[in-house]
Amino acid sequence: MGQNLAPFAIQVTDLTVTYNEKPVLWDVDMEVPEGVLMAIVGPNGAGKTTLIKTILGLLEPAAGRVLIQGKPYKEKRHMVGYVPQRGTVDWDFPTTVIDVVMMGRYGSLGWFKRPGKAERQAAYEALEKVGMSAFARRQISQLSGGQQQRVFLARALVQNASIYFMDEPFQGVDAVTERAIIALLQELRAAGKTVVVVHHDLQTVPEYFDWVMLLNVRRIASGPMAEVFTDENLRLTYGGRLAFLREREATT
Amino acid sequence: MSLGDLLQNLLFDYTLRTVALGSMVLGIVSGALGAFAMLRKQSLLGDAISHAALPGVVLAFLLTRSKESLVLILGAAIASWLATLWMFAIIRHTRIKEDAALGLVLSVFFGFGLMLLTYTQRLPDSRQAGLSTFLFGQAATLLVRDVQTMIGLGVVAILLLLAFWKEFKLLSFDREFAVSLGLPVAMLDVVLTTLLVIAIVIGLQAVGVLLMSAMVVAPAAASRQWTDRLGTMVTLSAFFGAISGLVGALISSTGTGFSTGPLVVLIASAIVLFSMFFAPNRGLFWGWVRQQRSRCQLRLENVLTDLFLLANQHGNLLHPHSIQALRAMNAGGDWVQTSLLRLKELEMVSQLDEHNWALTPKGVETARQIVNIYHPTGEGQ
Repeated sequence: MGQNLAPFAIQVTDLTVTYNEKPVLWDVDMEVPEGVLMAIVGPNGAGKTTLIKTILGLLEPAAGRVLIQGKPYKEKRHMVGYVPQRGTVDWDFPTTVIDVVMMGRYGSLGWFKRPGKAERQAAYEALEKVGMSAFARRQISQLSGGQQQRVFLARALVQNASIYFMDEPFQGVDAVTERAIIALLQELRAAGKTVVVVHHDLQTVPEYFDWVMLLNVRRIASGPMAEVFTDENLRLTYGGRLAFLREREATT
Repeated sequence: MSLGDLLQNLLFDYTLRTVALGSMVLGIVSGALGAFAMLRKQSLLGDAISHAALPGVVLAFLLTRSKESLVLILGAAIASWLATLWMFAIIRHTRIKEDAALGLVLSVFFGFGLMLLTYTQRLPDSRQAGLSTFLFGQAATLLVRDVQTMIGLGVVAILLLLAFWKEFKLLSFDREFAVSLGLPVAMLDVVLTTLLVIAIVIGLQAVGVLLMSAMVVAPAAASRQWTDRLGTMVTLSAFFGAISGLVGALISSTGTGFSTGPLVVLIASAIVLFSMFFAPNRGLFWGWVRQQRSRCQLRLENVLTDLFLLANQHGNLLHPHSIQALRAMNAGGDWVQTSLLRLKELEMVSQLDEHNWALTPKGVETARQIVNIYHPTGEGQ
């Protein structure tokens, strides 16, 4: 690679992560160019969430390194937004929707400073974008699954990042919310952001995304949708579980 | 003793004032920090922390031969801290889960503490006499110096809690997100746990290692029933803690012979019970009331639509029917009569004679709306 080329938005090299000495991710490379909407696809236990969490520094890799825009993650943290799986928090926590969204600003706010008008304004705008502004004062335990997901998206939006990681944002949401989320993702891409999404529904992968990584502990393939999302690669990723592939062939 | 006497004592009785103030301070600090412990699902950690303090108290005495509260509290805090660290190490490095690790650490430290205590009691040194009060607590032994120490440490704990409020809030709600933002989560964990340790050890002399964990759990559990805001919850929890301390100290002072610590804990528990039943939204009593109300409403609607459907068969919506017919349609329910009387008050039905009832025009309109909601293509069209 020539030195004058712009660095990848995300570059993962030789990443290995183990859990109780068993590799969960094995020697994974990943290059994500700026401005793509990328899906990470693979069967259960393939290490999709582990990959995201390791990139974000939530898990320690056994080996390998992660660069964000050519720099270590720590230096580029403010460029990165994160939408965790919504099941990872207690939605009975005593707080409101707007408060949760403002948490996206806690990183840039600095010590001893309370979120003020500017943060509130940003949070309202983000809620507006995900169609949840009417719920701003609502206690979070009163939200449906799809609404929880949208609150998490709004929280990532106020981070004002240029690279987003989302862990299964479509899990357990209805068709309306799914369309709202995908519209938002496309809006982010149009604004030049890079978005990496752990995704489960193979049917919608080519429709929603333009870049894809097939993962099953090892990297099977990664690149532009048309090149990578082939039946051969899917077979390699999902192994013997071919039933859905036949379905796919039948529908295409 | 009358309430007036009590208040007078509170203002002018030096001992009672000291004890009450000390009890309130421990209630406030443990209430506020207990709220965070509960939200982090670490309420039981308080139990381990307080039990584990015992060997620290006795060792601090053995090493310094001093019963200065700051010395004993420091010993307690160090022992509690070591116990907590040990517990987290067990959880992280073995396959033993949190509950088992907690039970293990708690019993080892507490057992060691008891052993040290019995050893100390056989020493010829008479100064050891007061140490066993740390088991069950004895607020009456609080001196002004002790309370000053409690206030000093308590103020520091509360100020730190306020200073790192938004970080602690995020840490309690979504730890991984806090990590991804770059907050020093491990350090914040240490600080918050230290504050909980402080909250517990300053209450040990008054309430004792056995009961102190109740002051971490009870005010927090009670306050959660009343509010859905973190700030309100923590304030309310501190307030409940203060009230428990004050009332416990007052009752104890009436000469009934009950010691303060257990009374404080009992008052806090009573507040929990009351809150569980009577807090709006979450309270069991109001839940029951809401259920009764909606049941009542459903029965009214049932009777109204039954009358409507019956009359509809006659082609005249104001056609009267007997209460027996209505009862038969509702499995002989005794409530048909009361529902009819209530509907009469609402001017939706009229009573023609002892048995016969008919819809009023207003009743017809309401019934039609209900029927249209439940059976959009039904007879109401």
